[in-house]
Amino acid sequence: MDGTNSYREGPDENGRFGLYGGRFVAETLMPLILDLEKAYGTAQKDPAFDAELVDLQTHYVGRPSPLYFAERLTEYYGGAKVYLKRDELNHTGSHKINNCLGQILLAKRMGKTRIIAETGAGQHGVAVATVAARFGLPCTVFMGATDIERQKPNVFRMKLLGADVRPVTSGAGTLKDAMNEALRDWVANVDDTFYIIGTVAGPHPYPAMVRDFQSIIGKETKVQMQEREGRLPDTLVACIGGGSNAMGLFHPFLDDKDVNIIGVEAGGLGLDTPDHAASLAGGKPGVLHGNRTYLLQDDDGQIIEGHSISAGLDYPGIGPEHAFLRDSGRVTYASATDKEALEAFQLITRLEGIIPALEPSHALAHVGKIAPQLPKDHLLVMNMCGRGDKDVFAVAEHLNIDL
Amino acid sequence: MTDGLTRLDTRFAQLAAENKKAFVAFVTAGDPDVTTSAAIIAGLPKAGADVIEIGMPFTDPMADGPAIQASSLRALQAGQTLVGTLEMVRQFRQTDDNTPIVLMGYYNPIYYYGAEKFVTEAKAAGVDGLIVVDLPPEEDEELCLPALRGGLNFIRLATPTTDDARLPDVLKNTSGFVYYVSIAGITGSAAPKKTAVAANVARIKSHTDLPVVVGFGIRTPEQAHDIASIADGAVVGSVLVEAVAQHLDAQGKAMPELVEHVLLLASQLAAGVNKT
Repeated sequence: MDGTNSYREGPDENGRFGLYGGRFVAETLMPLILDLEKAYGTAQKDPAFDAELVDLQTHYVGRPSPLYFAERLTEYYGGAKVYLKRDELNHTGSHKINNCLGQILLAKRMGKTRIIAETGAGQHGVAVATVAARFGLPCTVFMGATDIERQKPNVFRMKLLGADVRPVTSGAGTLKDAMNEALRDWVANVDDTFYIIGTVAGPHPYPAMVRDFQSIIGKETKVQMQEREGRLPDTLVACIGGGSNAMGLFHPFLDDKDVNIIGVEAGGLGLDTPDHAASLAGGKPGVLHGNRTYLLQDDDGQIIEGHSISAGLDYPGIGPEHAFLRDSGRVTYASATDKEALEAFQLITRLEGIIPALEPSHALAHVGKIAPQLPKDHLLVMNMCGRGDKDVFAVAEHLNIDL
Repeated sequence: MTDGLTRLDTRFAQLAAENKKAFVAFVTAGDPDVTTSAAIIAGLPKAGADVIEIGMPFTDPMADGPAIQASSLRALQAGQTLVGTLEMVRQFRQTDDNTPIVLMGYYNPIYYYGAEKFVTEAKAAGVDGLIVVDLPPEEDEELCLPALRGGLNFIRLATPTTDDARLPDVLKNTSGFVYYVSIAGITGSAAPKKTAVAANVARIKSHTDLPVVVGFGIRTPEQAHDIASIADGAVVGSVLVEAVAQHLDAQGKAMPELVEHVLLLASQLAAGVNKT
């Protein structure tokens, strides 16, 4: 990287991670994201902002989340020692709350009085609706009509929390379309509205800001592994849709050269079919939703809908910092299919008594491929970024079980 | 910045000399199919369009409302591509070498195609200017500067959120005309307030000698007249592509009277713009 040896210095002043990132937005939004960048910079320097965030992380979210040694899973694989970073134990059941708390505190400081968000599986939507309720701000969540159908429990949770859930019918009615609609809403409500983006994508400063708020995952892991094993882990594994839980775990370790880092994309029905959501493996660089990154697209530069069993992973893009880390070779990216994820979902439920979300089930599927080959003193951490309550109905359907 | 005058520069100079306002008509390339779309575009100059703005369809038109989103999807489903859009311009130029053509769209298809290559081919096809919604001045090196070097106008959007501090940056590499977005919102939204638009147009004009044309939310000849009277012209788009949508049969195919209806509407809007 530009004469230094750090992978942690991005983005530059233009919001670029190498070729990726940037600020590809309509002029109407440009002044808003410049304001946001300024406000975030000020907040970062203000100890009171951090103090309020830490207090909420501790007493509202329940951080730090445990680093759990998965003994039976380890025995089953017969290789690496498998640890799970238990971010599914957070309030609201996923890592999404880490970012939402940071952003709503920022919204409050900026005097914004209305919150909007996009959601795919609904984990981010639930986290946004939760912090909006906690801070007494009205909240509108855009969600693809197809996803609303797939994720009814989360839709109801959002409504209970007081959010206005708006079905999006354009496109395939999934996360990409929800993000388009949230951007349209933001353009029309520039004065009072704060857009809480849920992943490490969007125009600068979102990818860096969301990463920073999620980095608590990796920072805690570093300390906890030191306490448990007296050293750094050897391998980190996390699933990737947009890539926020993965960036959160990975970022504090990027300059620890001996730590092997693996992101797992959603392989859908297989990378040799059109039905997957692996933008790094099957996409090409392009520009969407404010940033340049790898995108699933056709030969005319039209965006292709991703497919995954998990509504949280079927986004046709990926955070720009992941694109940079892939090109630089620092992080390895793999994929797991719907079927492999479903098998991993059942395996860990039976072996560890933990029902995971379908998203981290992809990461676990990859752990199952590498752990058996690794030595017994190899320390592997997988980010258990969400719990599976929201997915039990979808899983029953895939297993042909009538509830 | 642009080498030599484009048809846009010439057209706006003519209109100014005649004390007339510009009617900028927007339609989406290939909507609902390439033949019908070409017939609409070919008829627009006679219907009174001073400038033709042709939408390059994109799957994710984030700044557009439902009408233009739907028209983009219709065009894509009918097989429209970026190359196909340039070909339509080339065909149009066989019979019309005067009416300025501006291509409007989003950056990804251009980026994927290759920005430099796109500029060269667009210029050769007879395109005069580009409006690319998701390229603010912060990203000028991507396409704006190559376009200017290649002899195309790069028309920037100024919006109600573009304040005086930012306006010089927005205008710096703008050429052809300035497109003032009348409302903070998407295309096809509610009508803009004339007084607010007038104040903003005056504000922009205090920073530039370029013509200022206003768009977003203009749906009727009366609104077109109101807005054009306080600017150098008016852009109308959503209502024209809605007229396309209203003349499709149950299978989504163009009905025989589609072209005629769209052009009639365009001529009414054109009359509105220059009503005295």
